Amino acid sequence: MIQLENVSKRFGGLTAVHNCSFSIPTGQITGVIGPNGAGKTTVFNMIAGLLQPSSGQIFLDGEDITSLPAHKRQSKGLYRTFQLAHEFSRMTVVENLMVAADSSIGENVFNAIFRPSIFQKQEHAAYDKAMETLRFLEIEKLQDELAGNLSGGQKKLLELGRTLMQTPKVILLDEIGAGVNRSLLSKIAVKIQQLNDDFGYTFCLIEHDLDYVSRLCDEVVVLAQATVLTTGTIEKIKRDERVVEAYFGGGKYEGAHA
Amino acid sequence: MELTGLFFYFVSFLTMAGIYAVICLALNIQWGFGGLFNAGIAGFYAIGAYSAAIITSTAASNNVGGLQQPIFVGMAVAAVIAGLVGWGIARLCVSLKSDYLAMATIGIAEIIRLVIVNEEWLTNGSLGVSNIPRPFEGVFKGQTAEIVFVLFVWIIVLLTYFISQRLHKSPWGRVLRAIRDNEDAAESIGKDTHSFRTQTFVIGAIFMALAGALSAHYFKYFSPDATEPILITFLAWVMLIAGGSGNNKGAIAGALVVWAIWSMTEILTGFLPSEWATRSSYMRMLLIGLFLQFVLQRYRSGLLPERAPKLDKLRRS
Repeated sequence: MIQLENVSKRFGGLTAVHNCSFSIPTGQITGVIGPNGAGKTTVFNMIAGLLQPSSGQIFLDGEDITSLPAHKRQSKGLYRTFQLAHEFSRMTVVENLMVAADSSIGENVFNAIFRPSIFQKQEHAAYDKAMETLRFLEIEKLQDELAGNLSGGQKKLLELGRTLMQTPKVILLDEIGAGVNRSLLSKIAVKIQQLNDDFGYTFCLIEHDLDYVSRLCDEVVVLAQATVLTTGTIEKIKRDERVVEAYFGGGKYEGAHA
Repeated sequence: MELTGLFFYFVSFLTMAGIYAVICLALNIQWGFGGLFNAGIAGFYAIGAYSAAIITSTAASNNVGGLQQPIFVGMAVAAVIAGLVGWGIARLCVSLKSDYLAMATIGIAEIIRLVIVNEEWLTNGSLGVSNIPRPFEGVFKGQTAEIVFVLFVWIIVLLTYFISQRLHKSPWGRVLRAIRDNEDAAESIGKDTHSFRTQTFVIGAIFMALAGALSAHYFKYFSPDATEPILITFLAWVMLIAGGSGNNKGAIAGALVVWAIWSMTEILTGFLPSEWATRSSYMRMLLIGLFLQFVLQRYRSGLLPERAPKLDKLRRS
């Protein structure tokens, strides 16, 4: 479970996130919605460690991870995808996944030069796991293609795959559906549901498509104007006038950069 | 007689091309694998050359030196000093993004050059260090020595290539390419990008210094003139980009082809009328530029483009 307590982020004079508190319960799929500029991605970047909060704290299973560097959060089981696909473009699809596997022995530069035989076992495991993940995502035919040549939707799948290479606890998905066609989108939804059901992975996803959110999410957090407007089930928030106004209104909850 | 002349021309060509090949392989580790824009190659080359020169020279003028140590000791010291300097610089500026790192490294190389020119007690200033020995000098004399030295250089090239290949095929190299392609994503899968970039910078600096040491032993004399950025940094970049950045064989091929153009145009410009002679070096530079244009138009990723390491061994039928 991830908890945010009074988290704020200021960029100079701009307050991107203000006193934000909510939690992502274990084993559930939580949605984060809100108009453009509401601070969703900033919140994600702070949970993932790419940005440091100006104030407030973030907890993962009770442990304060507020100032833990991004690369150390992965070993705690915290993974993310990006709003714009962040594939490793000049590496092959299978390499994109293998690099996310546990290759601790071969990532030591002395072992890499002088003792290549001692990391072969890990390499085999990494390759097998990568192929298993590609088969799960049904893109195993693309294994030797350069990731930069994939379509936008395939890149999103690849990023999802990258989070599955070790043992994730919480997976943050930043607009996994952006720029993805309908049929691939529902395929991704099926995969997310499957991972949640079969392995109990916790998901938190930012999404604009309310139908998509209502199909997947147990709980929804609504952000507007840099802070939490409301939380609750999708039925509850759909009836909330403030949410309707924030999304469709032009009213006072419209984000500053919408 | 004509043939022997040609042969020894070829030997000297291969010697220099080999020294450049070591620089290119080092730059390939930094840029081709790691995406680090090092524009201060000449600085590390100079550190290597002067370290080796001071440690091994048989007699000194007004500076420290004349330590008369064996050549392998000199090369080891050159590698250690360059590694330490590289580490210090990496700590300061390796997290800078590509073009900013380029600016920082240009500045650092210039600082190193000015230190070398001005700290006469250490480097004998602009007069340079002389009496630098060549390997196996006592055993082989005259023209045989030239052949022995070119073999020595190419053994170092092969060693550097071997290490570069090992790095490229390893998970270490894979992480490096991932960081090159997308640093934020590499962080998100748990890679300590700062540490990997630092290691890369240090490894590159060490091999650049070894190339510098080789050239000091080759010329037996080393002065600040030999560390001109246009001769070292610029040419090395042209070689790597033309040869194929990200490909170790490409780095060596680029060094051979560009050095061939560079040195053969010297012969061609020799035939020019005397009033053109003063312009010859600019014409060579122009030819190199034209060649780079041609390669980049025809082969966008260089003569031997980057290839992902083969995974055949991991595939089970």
